Order: sequence, then C-alpha cells, then structure tokens
Amino acid sequence: MSGNGLKPSRMHLADVWRTAGVGLRTRKLRAALSALGITIGIASIVAVLGLSESSKSDLLTQLDRLGTNLLVVQAGQGIGLGNAELPDTASAMVSRIGPVDEVSAVGSVNANVYRTDLVPASQSGGISVKAVETDLLESLGGTVAAGRFLDDTATEYPAVVLGSVAAERLGVTGLEDRPLVWLGGRWFPVVGILNPVDLSPDLDRAAIVTEAVAEEYLGYDGVASTLYVRTDPEWVDAVMDVLPPTVNPENPDQVQVSRPTDAIEAKAAAESAFTNLFLGLGAVALLVGGVGIANVMVISVLERRSEIGLRRALGATRRHVAVQFLLEALILAAVGGIGGVLLGTGVTAAYARIRGWGLLIPGLAVWGGLAAALLIGTIAGLYPALRAARLSPTEALRTT
Amino acid sequence: MSAVLEMSGVTRVYPGTPPVPALRGIDLRVETGELVSVVGPSGSGKSTLLHIMGTLDRPTAGRVEVGGFDVSRMSDRQLSALRSQRIGFVFQQFHLLDAETALDNVADGLLYTGRPAAERRLMAADTLERVGLGHRMRQHANKLSGGERQRVAVARAVVGRPALVLADEPTGNLDSKTSEAIVDLLEELHTEGITLVVITHNPEIAARFPRQVALRDGMVEADSARAGVTA
Repeated sequence: MSGNGLKPSRMHLADVWRTAGVGLRTRKLRAALSALGITIGIASIVAVLGLSESSKSDLLTQLDRLGTNLLVVQAGQGIGLGNAELPDTASAMVSRIGPVDEVSAVGSVNANVYRTDLVPASQSGGISVKAVETDLLESLGGTVAAGRFLDDTATEYPAVVLGSVAAERLGVTGLEDRPLVWLGGRWFPVVGILNPVDLSPDLDRAAIVTEAVAEEYLGYDGVASTLYVRTDPEWVDAVMDVLPPTVNPENPDQVQVSRPTDAIEAKAAAESAFTNLFLGLGAVALLVGGVGIANVMVISVLERRSEIGLRRALGATRRHVAVQFLLEALILAAVGGIGGVLLGTGVTAAYARIRGWGLLIPGLAVWGGLAAALLIGTIAGLYPALRAARLSPTEALRTT
Repeated sequence: MSAVLEMSGVTRVYPGTPPVPALRGIDLRVETGELVSVVGPSGSGKSTLLHIMGTLDRPTAGRVEVGGFDVSRMSDRQLSALRSQRIGFVFQQFHLLDAETALDNVADGLLYTGRPAAERRLMAADTLERVGLGHRMRQHANKLSGGERQRVAVARAVVGRPALVLADEPTGNLDSKTSEAIVDLLEELHTEGITLVVITHNPEIAARFPRQVALRDGMVEADSARAGVTA
C-alpha cells in the first residue's frame, strides 16, 4: 500500500454475520422453504438411523434376555426318513454332555383340542397338542400371561396350558370362569395361558400337557420329537457339533440342530439392509435440498446486484462479498440441519414410544447430519458466492 | 490548494465490434473543497467518468490520482480500501437497504472501515442530524419518502468524512421541490468543506454550482475553471 494512512478494508466479525443475515431477514419465506429441503433430508437420515438403532437395541435386549445358548434338537425330516422321531434315549444321552445345563423334551401328541365337544372333529383349528416336561417354560425363557405353568401336581389331575394363539382360537381370554377345553375326547381345565414364546413360536399354537398326563390319558408313546437344550454359553458351538451323534449315534445325519436366536439375529441383519436403502433415499433428499439452496442463492445474487454494487462502492472487497453470500448459504443449511435433527429425533421418539422401544439416537446421526448439512451448504453456496464476488462494481450498479 | 482528484489523458474504451470509446482523453483536476458539476447529454460519458473517478472502473489509458494515490498501481483490494476511507457515493436510485433503519443505512457507510459498531452509529446519528433527519433515525428505509431516502444516502456518503464525494444524478428520481432541497443540502455540505462532484443532466442545477464541466462525446467540451471563471 502506498502509505498515507490507508488501512485495508476490514469488517468486524459481528458485522460479517449481520450482513450475511440481510438476505434471510428480508426474504423469510423463501429462506424457510429452501432450508426445508435440507430439513427433510437430515430428518430422514436421523430418523432412519435412530429407528434402526432403537429397534436393533430392542432386538439385542431381547437376545440378551432369551440367551443365545439355547439349542433345539429335532428329528430330521426328509425323503426316506418318514415321520422321524428321536430315539427314546435321546434326552438322557444329551443331559450327559458336560456343558449342557438343562434338557427339556417336547413330544407331539396325536390328539386334537376343541372349544366344546360339539365342534366337528375336522375343525381342529390348526392347534397341536404337545407333551412337555415341567421345566420347559423356564428353559425357553417364556412367561405366562395368566394362571401358572404345569407342575408335577398336575400329573395326577389332567390340566392344560394354552399357547397365546391357541388360547385366542379357542376363545379362552381369562381363567376367571375356570374354562374347559375338549381335548382328546375328554374335558381338560385350562390352568394357564402363555405369552408369545419368542424362541419357539410353535408353542404359541399348542395346547400343552405334561408327559405323564399325555401318557395316561392321550396314548402318548413317550418319545420326544424336540429337545430344548441350554448349554454353557462358552461351549455352544462345540455342543452343536456333538449333539447329532449323541442323540442318534447310528444316523447322526437324521438329527437337526438349530439355534432359535439365529432367526432374531437374521431379523436384525435384514433391518440393517433396509436401513441402508432408506439412508440412501435420505441422502438423495439432502442432495435435492442442496440444489434448492444453490438455486435460491443464484437467484438471490441476480436480484441483489445493486446491493453488491453498493457494497463494493462502500469499500467491500471481493472477499467480503463472497463471504457474505457463502455465509448466507451456510446459515440456511445450518438452520435446515438443526431443524432436521430435531424433526428426525421427534419422529424417532414418537415411533419408539408407539413400539415400546427405548429411544436411541446415534451421535453419528446428529453430528454427521449437521456436518453433511454444512458441507452441502458450502458446496451450494460456493458458486453463487464466487459469482457475486466476480461481478464488477460498475456492472452490479448498472440498473436496467 | 492540493488536488483531491487528478486525471490526465484518461480514455475508456468498451470492448466490442467495433470498440466503443466512452471517454476520449479527459484532463481534469479537482481541488480540495471544490463543488463541481458535470453536465452533458446522455451518452456523453458522464457515468463512465464518475465510475473512473470513484475507482469502480479503471481507465483504458491515462492516469488517475485520487487523494494522492495512483489508481493504476493499486490492486482491487487496495482500491476497495481507498473507497471505504476516501470516497463517498450518492446514487440516483439511492441504493438503501430497505430492511434496515435510516441509522443503520448511514452507519453502513463505515461498515468496511473496521470502526467499532458503537462508533459507527454515533457518527451516523451525528450525520443524520446534520442532514435534518435526526427525527427519522429509527425509521426503516422503505418507510421514508424519496427526498428523505436521498438525504439518508447523502448522509451515508459523507459520514466517514471522505476526501471526495461523487453524486450520480442525485436528483434524477425526485420532483423539482425535493430536488431543490437536496441541492441545497449539497451546497451546505460544500460550505462545510466537503469536496463534491455532482453529475447531472439538468443545466439549472449545474448552473447553481461554482464550477461546471461540460462533457460531450467523451471529451471535456467546456470547463468554467479553465475559462477563468473561478469559484
């Protein structure tokens, strides 16, 4: 600089912010609408991540509660195997495996259950009858909705417990009226109704009696078709390997071993796949929001040519003008982003409440969402800002 | 007397086919404290001259010195600094920010000088009093009449006590009575020591000023100072 006390043009930070807000203050509706695009994009991303995280944590607590150490042993089904049954000795043999804590056997009883003795025999309602050991419910981590589960005293007197779906189909809603069901040609009192059993949904559609009762009254042969095995959590895989030869040393390939919690894990994985899809849609919405801001900024620069010219005449440098417009775009994006985070959190909270999940918004969604909004704002604002800065003062002041 | 503005051999040719010469060899010297009118028909190069005087545009050839600074050797940033501290502008269209109060509009005249906000507003309030708008300070610009708007614009141009104030058809959008009042105001500022160059196509207004420069076809056709009619 050629001396004589000429100081470079400069602005205070507060003034930088104030001038960046001029366009937003004078065109509030337009500013709100262009920020809305970003809001929708960020809200959908936050909501998708929040919902998937909340639902996943719900599935994980479910897994925690149920335990991943439960194995199910069933007779293999396939061509040439017939209606396979497990060998009589299966239950005893399995309980001798070291890391196995509990074994509970379930057998199918060849009988049907009806609401009354007047219902035609063909209308069995798809309800099966199962003979179980009294520790079954505990092994499965199930609970009763009403009454109690079977115990050994019930051996003397025939009694039945209904799965949740079975109870509904048989019209048993409560135990106050001491309901009876017509099972295998005689009346059985219902002593309990189960809640849905997550690890063994087929029990939901079953009428359940003890083995002793089944043998005494229903002609049950005492041969289990399914074993529920609780193992030491450290040894689950090893136990899975030795189960088939233990259950059926002659034909180990006719024994199926499965782990019910795998299904829940698969569900969690499937939800992740959907999450990615919706996340992609959210990103597209965000991009469209960014284009909206760029569009509004380009128009704003065209409309405010004379303001740009005036500012240059008042001593603004190109950089001052560029910063003003870039910051305006950034404010728009930031307002949109904050709105989006709030909206997304609100949607997640509302949905989680409906589904009874715990609310969980990952920090990544919040900070990532805001960062994405600012990045989009920068990109969207850069071109209009540079265009405004490149405008020559005389051209900007020329009004036609 | 020292020159606040000195132009010698200034030409400005707008590129095109064929190139359009707007200024063709202007020699002009404005001393500190002068009040000069520049008159001429449209197309005579008045606005181009004003833009070059105000460093908003650069000459194609020739030398321009404003407040002792050789404009041709200054960068865009340095010119911005020069404008912020040494030059004030008054425009025909006022160019006020409608969303801001009269006070803030005037204070914006100092926005890029780096002065603190409180000081800017204090100076702005003083200047508004001086142009007779002390009672309208808090009014938003879009609530003001045309004459009031131009007074605010004049206040904005002089608030930083610039070495040179350039007015481009300051009465072009005003009725004759308000025009009269604005011209009175400019004369008043002149008596307070402000150097003014006023562009106008209105010969009556031009005639009221001590010195008239007549432009035609991009050249100085007549300059009352050169003719010996001193202010």
